[in-house]
Formats: sequence, structure tokens, C-alpha cells
Amino acid sequence: MPRNVFDKIWESHEVAEALLYIDLHLVHEVTSPQAFESLRLAGRSVRRPDRTLATADHNVPTDGSTAAEQIRDRLSRVQVETLERNCEEFGVPIHSIGSRHQGIVHVIGPELGVTQPGMTIVCGDSHTSTHGAFGALAFGIGTSEVEHVLATQTLQQRKPKSMLIRYEGRLGQGVTAKDLILATIGQMGVEGGVGHVIEYAGPAIEALSMEGRMTVCNMTIEGGGRAGMIAPDETTFEWVEGRRAAPDPLPLEEWRALRTDEGASFDRELVVDAGEVSPQVTWGTTPGMVVGVSGAVPEPASESDERALDYMALTPGTPMAEIQLDRVFIGSCTNSRIGDLREAAELVKGRRVSASVNAMVVPGSQQVKAQAEAEGLDEVFRAAGFDWRSAGCSMCLGMNPDIAAPGERVASTSNRNFEGRQGRGARSHLVSPKMAAAAAIEGHFVDIREWA
Amino acid sequence: MREVKLIEGGVSVLDRADVDTDQIIPKQFLKRVERTGFGEFLFYDWREQPGWELPRNPILAAGRNFGCGSSREHAPWALEDYGFEAIVAPSFADIFYSNCTKIGLLPVELPEDDVRAVMAAGRAAIDLETQEVRWEGGRASFEIDPETRRRLLEGLDDIGATLLQQDAIDRYEAERERSGPVTTGLA
Repeated sequence: MPRNVFDKIWESHEVAEALLYIDLHLVHEVTSPQAFESLRLAGRSVRRPDRTLATADHNVPTDGSTAAEQIRDRLSRVQVETLERNCEEFGVPIHSIGSRHQGIVHVIGPELGVTQPGMTIVCGDSHTSTHGAFGALAFGIGTSEVEHVLATQTLQQRKPKSMLIRYEGRLGQGVTAKDLILATIGQMGVEGGVGHVIEYAGPAIEALSMEGRMTVCNMTIEGGGRAGMIAPDETTFEWVEGRRAAPDPLPLEEWRALRTDEGASFDRELVVDAGEVSPQVTWGTTPGMVVGVSGAVPEPASESDERALDYMALTPGTPMAEIQLDRVFIGSCTNSRIGDLREAAELVKGRRVSASVNAMVVPGSQQVKAQAEAEGLDEVFRAAGFDWRSAGCSMCLGMNPDIAAPGERVASTSNRNFEGRQGRGARSHLVSPKMAAAAAIEGHFVDIREWA
Repeated sequence: MREVKLIEGGVSVLDRADVDTDQIIPKQFLKRVERTGFGEFLFYDWREQPGWELPRNPILAAGRNFGCGSSREHAPWALEDYGFEAIVAPSFADIFYSNCTKIGLLPVELPEDDVRAVMAAGRAAIDLETQEVRWEGGRASFEIDPETRRRLLEGLDDIGATLLQQDAIDRYEAERERSGPVTTGLA
């Protein structure tokens, strides 16, 4: 019987009915302390430290601190120190502050080559779906499940349903993976994918770089999807080859078999016209409240819309391009990889950030930072007036000192525009790195297809 | 985990769709390394707003896609610590739903009209054994995964249950586990 990629990975990891083996468990400081504590109380150990990898990211200041003891916020410091202590006690490898491999958990996994096609990957973080870009089954779990995986290397899990999102046509000039996924969420709604593992396919997906594919899979959760995945191909293999944990040689025959068979079925299918997608900007407080940059703030269609407009202090009919900004944030597990920074730097080169805007670039990992600096991207950003920071989750969620002030309006390459996400009372607009870069220069949104 | 069988009592109403976990428990409270004491921070920003009212009841009735966003189990912890034992909504986000069942906070999915009736009734009884919600003037049955239901009814520890299958895990690792990647030694 023909099977899709998800079926293949699921079947090869079923230990017993509804018990799934986990190949890689990524751990960070926020969702793990209670799990380690419960293990300790129960006298249990970590079953497979060699399939577990930890880093500190959410609480890490991006000021270049090189040790947990330098974190000024006491609770943040305790959380990172607790992670370091837990990893030492349970034998779990960790790249904490000060490591040259520290970074956002969903950036360092692929970067180190521990994220590979055909794997099952979990992490106590909803954006674990990112790793699906490599043809892996990857999804977020809660702290009780983190404890369960630490103790058993398995997860009790009913098989979710499957969904295919097939993109027709190709992305236009200036339109990126971020616009593609934002437009998709706008089309299917923020609960459109609930209960489903989504496979993204079609020529527009195949044409994306690995960075672009990670951006798409990353935001699967914003459409409610359990996991997002893309069948691995030559782009994938080329990206993985030579990385620290990558097999040598790559098991290409096995990896090439990770494709959806001809005639395989899905529980749901959705077709999106990629050629119709324009640069996107969110106007509200869910990622599904989104329009093209050439559009305007819509009339409210529900009570949620009204509340969102009120929170965002926006009036229906206002052209998106007229929205003035206070801050620009380029970073997060969605858009902080070297490809994202290169795209933004290209637009910024030789220009100046608007006097009314405070703009920052936060590389996703120390490795991305080093690579960008080797290419001189840091100089490009600095010369334009951007603040060049050190690796971490930064202003995506404001658990560290990078927080927007009440009422401030932010153009952000991150994934969530929820109320208060980037700071209490802060107003977030989600965009691509290119759109964020151009907005920083102009002080308001611009259609980058016409701006150069 | 305590046993979950019958939850009976007052209903608190939060008639909003897409309530995300950032609202349920804002990020500044995720820095704690304990599992308890999150209830006092529940809906920390919203509760400052005029007209906000959320009495401490056993049952919370809410709008569609409740618990969307981040995987933070701190959200169910905060709801439970506040006093809720069950949440009734037309739909839930996947990770949130699963997190609730892991701590014995019962998520109950009902059609939107029934949720509205429960909101209007102000009191309800949720019977996990019969998979039924009853309120004055109405009743509705709900679906739940049989294994999840069994665990909740018996108050079973997940890890304990899985460890009963340790032989199967050992066998999987011996016969079918993929080779690598190995994380140790990368540091």
C-alpha cells in the first residue's frame, strides 16, 4: 500500500501500539527543570543521554554574556544554572552560555547535524516542528512528556491524522518562505491544522533553501498543526553533508526512500497558489490575522478581530504601508539563520535605519554569528545603525532583557504576534527578514517588490 | 496523579476564541523551576482589564482553539492551581490538550451550542465514566481517547505504565534503533 513520508517514519518508530520511539530529544532551560526534578524524586535516570542534547536559549541575554553567573535577572540565572546542574547530574550533553555551539535549540540541532531525515525528534517547545524541514517527524511536547522521554526514550502517542498542503506555481520576486507560510495560515486559519501532521509539497517548496524550509515547518504550529514536514531531497542532503554529527557517507539510498509514494493518501489536502502570494504583514494578535503589504487593515469580522484591532491600535482601512514602527527585530527560531541574515543584509547595505526606529539583529546561534561576522554582515548591519547582538531567543518572547515597551510597535521576523508576547502592551507585526530590513530603513512597511 | 471521575460545580465563563498560552500564563512566570504556585499569575494581563471576572470554580467554559501557542505545561498548571478541574470548549490546541490530560485537568470538547448552554447554565456535572456533561435543561456526550480516559479514571502514572513495556523498548533498541546521531561527544 502506498504510504506518505509521515506513515513511513511513524511505522519505523512504533515500539508498540501508540508507543513511539524518540531518536532525538532536545532540551532547554524553561520546560525541563520540573521534569528533571520529578526524575530525581522517583529515583529514575535518563535512559539515553546519547540521544539527548541541551542548550540554554530562552533566558539568555544577547549582550555577549559568557556564563550563567553573568545573568543579572535572578530567576533567569537560576533557571540556566539549574539546567547546567541537571545536565551534569544526569549526564546529558549541553551547550550552555559560553559554548561556541550555544544557540536557539531549533537552530543548533540542524547546524550540528543531529537533525537528520527519517528521525523522530521532540523538545519541550512548540516550534520543534522546525526540524520537519529535513524529512523528520518533529513536534513539541509538554514538561510531563519531557520527563517521560527522559525516562523511557519513548512517547505515548496516538497517530495524528495527515494533511498535504500542495503549492502550485512559484514564489514571485521578493516573496519568501515566511510570506508563503503566513499566507497559508491566513488561508487555513490558526486551527486549520489541529490534529494533523502536515506535509508541504510542490515546486515552490522544492525551490526553497533549507533555511526557507525550516521557516515554513517552524510556523506549522501557528496553523495548529502537530508537525510539519518536507520530503528530503538533494538540497537537504547537501546541507547535512559534512556537519559534525552527520553520517559519513550519507545513507542516501535510505534517505531517498523518504518520499510520499505515488497514490498515497492523506486525511486532508489543501492547495495553495504560491504564485499569488505577496509579501505578508500581520495586523492582529494571531498569525492568521494577516494581509498582503499592499493591502489595508481589514474591517473586523468578529469580536476577536475587534479586540485585536483595539490592542493593536489600528483603524480599518489604514494601508499597511502607512503603519509607522518603533522597533525592528530580526531573529528567532523562525528567521535567524545565515540565509535570513544574508537576505536582510543585502537590502540594508549602504542605507541607514530610520531615526525613529530601534532595530536589532539577533543571530540564532553562536555559529551563525561567527559565520555572519566572517562574511562581514555584522559590519553591514552596524554601519546601517542596527544593534548586532549575541545568540538567543531574544525579543521573540521577552523572557530575557530584550523586551519591547508598552505601546511600542514592532516589525518582527518571529512567529507569534500574541498580545504581550514581545513585552506587555507591545504590538507585533510578523514579517519576513527582507520586509523587516526594508521597514527598518523606511520607518514603516514597504512593498519590497517595488523598493530597491 | 489523582483520579478523575466526576467533576461537578460552578462554571466560569471565558467566551473568547484562540486564547493562547501566553495569555493563560505570561512568559515572565515561566522562569520558576517549580511546578506549583502558578495559579496567582493566571491571565495576569487580562485580569487587569475592566470587566474581567473569573471566579474560582471547578469548570471553565471557553471559546474555540483554547490553549493555542506555546507548549508550556505551565498553562495547565496555572489553571489547575487556580481551582479548575475541567475545561469545556468547542476545540483545543493539540499540545495543550495533551498537557492537560497528563496532570488530570480534564479537557472536554463539545459542540459550540452545547458549550454556550453550559455557559448559560452556570453549573454542570462532567462524568468521565459515562463520558457525559449534564446541566440544567440539557446533556451531551463527549469523546475521549479510551486509553487517556482509563489513565485519568485510575489516576495512573504514565511513566510507570510505559516502564511495564520496558522489554518492548529494549527489543526495539536492539533490533530496530537507527544508528546515530550520537549527541554525547559533540560538546
